Amino acid sequence: MNWFELITLHSPPLIVAVPLLTAFLTPLVSKINEIVRNLFVLIMLCITGLLVLILGYDVLTNGIRTYVFGGGAPLPSGMNIPVRIMFEIDSMTIFMVIITIILAIICILYSWSFMKDQDGLDKYYTIILLLVTSIFGMELTGDLFNFFVFLEISCITSCALIAFYVHKKESLDAAFKYIVISSIGALFILFAIGLLYAQYNALNMATIANAIQFTFFDKIVLVLLVTGLAMKSGLAPMHMWLPDAYSSSPASVTFILVGATLAGLYGGLRVIFTIYGNQLLNTGFTFYPGLLIGIIITTLGVLSIFIGVFMALKRSDFKKMIAYTAVAEIGYMFLAIGSYLIGLALSVPDNPQMLVAGTYALKGGLFHILNDALDIGLLFLVAGAVYYATKQTSLNSLGGLARNMKYTTIFFLIGLLAVSGMPPMNGFASKLLIYQSTYQISPILSIIAIICSIMLLAVFVKVFQSIFLGPEIPSLKNVKEVPKSMLAAMALVACIIIFIGLFPNIIIDNLVTPAAEALQNTTSYISTIVGGA
Amino acid sequence: MSQMSKIVRTLSNIAFPFIMIFGFYVIAHGHLTPGGGFQGGAVVASGCIMLLVAYGSTWVFEKIKVSRLSVFESLGALGFIGVAFFGLLFGGWFFNNFLVRNGILFNIVPKTGSTAAEFNTAGVLPLMNFAVGVKVIAGLFVIVLVMAYASSLKEWKQ
Repeated sequence: MNWFELITLHSPPLIVAVPLLTAFLTPLVSKINEIVRNLFVLIMLCITGLLVLILGYDVLTNGIRTYVFGGGAPLPSGMNIPVRIMFEIDSMTIFMVIITIILAIICILYSWSFMKDQDGLDKYYTIILLLVTSIFGMELTGDLFNFFVFLEISCITSCALIAFYVHKKESLDAAFKYIVISSIGALFILFAIGLLYAQYNALNMATIANAIQFTFFDKIVLVLLVTGLAMKSGLAPMHMWLPDAYSSSPASVTFILVGATLAGLYGGLRVIFTIYGNQLLNTGFTFYPGLLIGIIITTLGVLSIFIGVFMALKRSDFKKMIAYTAVAEIGYMFLAIGSYLIGLALSVPDNPQMLVAGTYALKGGLFHILNDALDIGLLFLVAGAVYYATKQTSLNSLGGLARNMKYTTIFFLIGLLAVSGMPPMNGFASKLLIYQSTYQISPILSIIAIICSIMLLAVFVKVFQSIFLGPEIPSLKNVKEVPKSMLAAMALVACIIIFIGLFPNIIIDNLVTPAAEALQNTTSYISTIVGGA
Repeated sequence: MSQMSKIVRTLSNIAFPFIMIFGFYVIAHGHLTPGGGFQGGAVVASGCIMLLVAYGSTWVFEKIKVSRLSVFESLGALGFIGVAFFGLLFGGWFFNNFLVRNGILFNIVPKTGSTAAEFNTAGVLPLMNFAVGVKVIAGLFVIVLVMAYASSLKEWKQ
């Protein structure tokens, strides 16, 4: 076994372990020097990124890979079910892990100058790295209880990061709201895991998915898990923590919080498509379970789009506006996923084109995860830059900034076009997939999606006009362009956005389609652990 | 916080060594009996907090620096993850128990049935318990110290 195979074999635990090690080394390293600390964190995350690339290449070419902690065999000493903690990595996991590492590296790059004047930065870096660790853990794990542990870590670290500006009462309020809601969600998930463990004596996702019977308790578990994870990902009726948390935390923190939210969404996908994947077309009921889940998720998705867009229209604080837009974008993903489930259920007797439409909706939804993270992230970074330069967030007290902040204006324009789905940017590609496929499921869904997308454009044109254009405001005459590391971070995101917008096929063929196939193919996920090796 | 009466201080002086011994016993026997690094660390930390309450925060701040405690906390976490990395280096798998039934110290297979507890068994588990214990002692004590510091700030203002 040469060294490359060895690294590939051990990369799943190392992707989690390297940021964890860095997190606890950071307080010691920061005793030397600030620059050494920042460089150290950045380099360690780049090493993690290299491991992600190696693992991603291997999984996309050779199929699902597992890693058992503490030993090679999944079944030690004559057990019938896997008892050891296990990581299981398929293409969907790789897709999410790549998004997370991009967000993490850009977040660290951006905070280099953005957080320079703040106190307690060694603890800030420690907590950011712990949050990154927990997101990786949630995405890589193949064990339900392990998933819960990483979810709790992400709750606590996110709460600490949201409350970073302790002297402001809004951020304390937002952090308290966040910790209450995510603790309730985590308790739902813990209760559901307990019910599953009581029935099937297993915590491994593949083993449970193989044994699941869709009994009365399993239905309760499904409701609890989906509700708990929808709370984490900010779906409409449970979205009230999200705008507060996003708008009152520092911009670099918001950027990585988007990743934590999307990890909650990933957990929901895992539950619906993997654990309950073989029960979606269960024939023991008057209608398919998949149809019911699909209709509920689609309704909630449309509701989030509506709430997000309309609340964004009437705000005057632009960080809050972007945060409500994030709710709407989460709604688009859930709309696409629900459309796939409806399409799957409708296709069963003799209607295969519904399944084709549903598959395109699923691809659009997954592609939109990547695009949403980058678009909303870029807008938050620009909002942070404006706040850094002017110390203002209200639209009424800003204006004419394009004179002094040329590059920031360009980046905001790119983010604006991308979020509202205009052609040269990446948002167009994924939203077009969603519009086209949901039109075949039900035309009203796609009409709502298009109208709300146009209204998003209206929201951001208003923001753009009142922040960057218009007459110069006397108090903002001496505003300077933001430092280079912040510009570099924003430029990196903008380049990725334009690249995906110009060549969406590269991403769809190499990342999104394998991810969608991995989600649809529940059997191969199960048989990797239960049947075969 | 000012110090409490002489009766409280004397009693806490008497109780302190017993609490420490019990706490370290729970940490050290974590792989044999109920308990472990977290539980034992919480016992030791509560013993230290008892001294803080009895003698007042001003006295404790003279003796202990918070920055040194947070270094210990980092070291505890590093010890845990470090042992996991040693498993990868020496045992071939992450978190591998490379010390069990191996080497000079741990080359013991304990008898089944009721025996005197063999302390040097279970390989890396006692080491990980020690690491968790150090982290929990330092972490819990720092949390209470910070609370005491915040409350004494209020007193100094008045």
